[in-house]
Amino acid sequence: MSMKDEQKQHVQKALQENLRYDGRKKDQFRAVTIEYNISKSAEGSARVKIGDTEVIAGVKMSVETPYPDTPDEGSLMVNAELLPLSSPRFEPGPPSAEGIEVARVVDRGIREAGAIDVKKLCIARAEKVWIVTIDICTINDAGNLIDASSLAAIAALKQATFPKYENNEIDYQTRTDTKLPMRKWPLAITVFKIGNQLFVDPLREEEDVMEARLTVSTTEDGKICALQKGGSTPLTPDEIDQMIVLAQKFGDEQRSKL
Amino acid sequence: MTEELLVQNKTVVVPGEPLAEGMGFLPSKGTYRDHEMIRAKRLGLVEIDGKVIKLVPLSGCYMPKTGDVIITQVFDVSFSGWRLDTATAYPAMLGVKDATSDFISRGADLTEYYNLGDNLVVKIINVTSQKLIDVTMKGPGLRKLQGGRIIKVNPNKVPRIIGKQGSMVSMIKFATNCKIIVGQNGLIWIDGTPNEELVAVNTIRMIEHLAHISGLTERVKTYLETQLGKKIEEVPPMEEQAYTPAPHPNYGEGEREHRRPQRYR
Repeated sequence: MSMKDEQKQHVQKALQENLRYDGRKKDQFRAVTIEYNISKSAEGSARVKIGDTEVIAGVKMSVETPYPDTPDEGSLMVNAELLPLSSPRFEPGPPSAEGIEVARVVDRGIREAGAIDVKKLCIARAEKVWIVTIDICTINDAGNLIDASSLAAIAALKQATFPKYENNEIDYQTRTDTKLPMRKWPLAITVFKIGNQLFVDPLREEEDVMEARLTVSTTEDGKICALQKGGSTPLTPDEIDQMIVLAQKFGDEQRSKL
Repeated sequence: MTEELLVQNKTVVVPGEPLAEGMGFLPSKGTYRDHEMIRAKRLGLVEIDGKVIKLVPLSGCYMPKTGDVIITQVFDVSFSGWRLDTATAYPAMLGVKDATSDFISRGADLTEYYNLGDNLVVKIINVTSQKLIDVTMKGPGLRKLQGGRIIKVNPNKVPRIIGKQGSMVSMIKFATNCKIIVGQNGLIWIDGTPNEELVAVNTIRMIEHLAHISGLTERVKTYLETQLGKKIEEVPPMEEQAYTPAPHPNYGEGEREHRRPQRYR
């Protein structure tokens, strides 16, 4: 038996007793803290800590020409960078598949929920719209980067205010009091599966040996706006139902901390 | 010329902090001479022994040292052996002849013995000046680890976790029924039932956190007793173990240092 199988078995043994490596239960998050306005240069920023996992997110806004098919809508862009300082397994250079996945899952949740009222980002139809860019940087990876990133992105959006815009010029030094036109607060919660055990907020060790995971983005009115499945093992419809229930529950719990 | 101690015994000092003035004092492990002054090389506890000033580091990474037992992971299999990740800046090399007492024929598939990702308890047999590490698996307790989990602690706290002649770790093992192997590089392997394993991990984390406090053994004992809800009687003596013997008080980490003169004993 390979080392990985042995480690998986060991994690599973603990999960069967509803006990995690750090003493939590299967359906229990580590302590979550959110800190706002951590960056001077970003229009909105937040630092999220879930246990030892730490992620920062910043929102930048710029004015550009809209896409031709949506002339009266602003747009959203999400970038995530898994910095080498956050884990020995991340390397500098172009984004890894893992990093792209984090960015896309966070992006999809915010976009498909219609979280930002993009019509209100229009300054002049087919000429000028606001583009909202979210940059996510991982500071420490102790597992569950997707949930931490999603929470950090939403927190940064919540705090963001428009810079001053006059005579077709943005003055980034002066910030207005106008907040982003937010309609929904979508949050991604990832539920993991090992054997027949489902659990949330994995540690790095648990993430390494997981069989499958499902990231469910939900909004405060109980709607599912995005899904992302990972891992090689398939999920039964029953398991997906349970995962969605868990994701909704923890989505609401985290949202209340915003 | 003044001869003066500038700090008290067992105080915490920061790098560069003056510890003593005068040529009568001798800098030992973790300290250096700067003209008349003896200064601290790193963050740690000062130990004053007569005229010899030593520093027990509280932070910093592990430096490989001959004779240490460490926990490693195979990250490369080559023609003549295995390359191991030692959780330091330097990889270690395990040669075929040091790996096992079995006969391994030329051209054999080495992954049948140890494969990528396997965790091995090994002993350092040689460290070059360039920190090339040679290790062996021949010796008591040196083996491939099966199951269990590995945690990382500050390598400077390892002596405290092991305790005098392994007293601390024996107590944890006895109380929690866990199998525990402490590597000098700060990796600790623990295997037991999920609940007892958690108690063992938390106890080790507590020792790591309170390493500078004296009378820790009693505290650890009380902690274990409350956590497990049972009295810890006589801890049986340690069975055959892969432990690094406590180094001679003046044993350096391969660095040049002053030996303690006989007359100060």
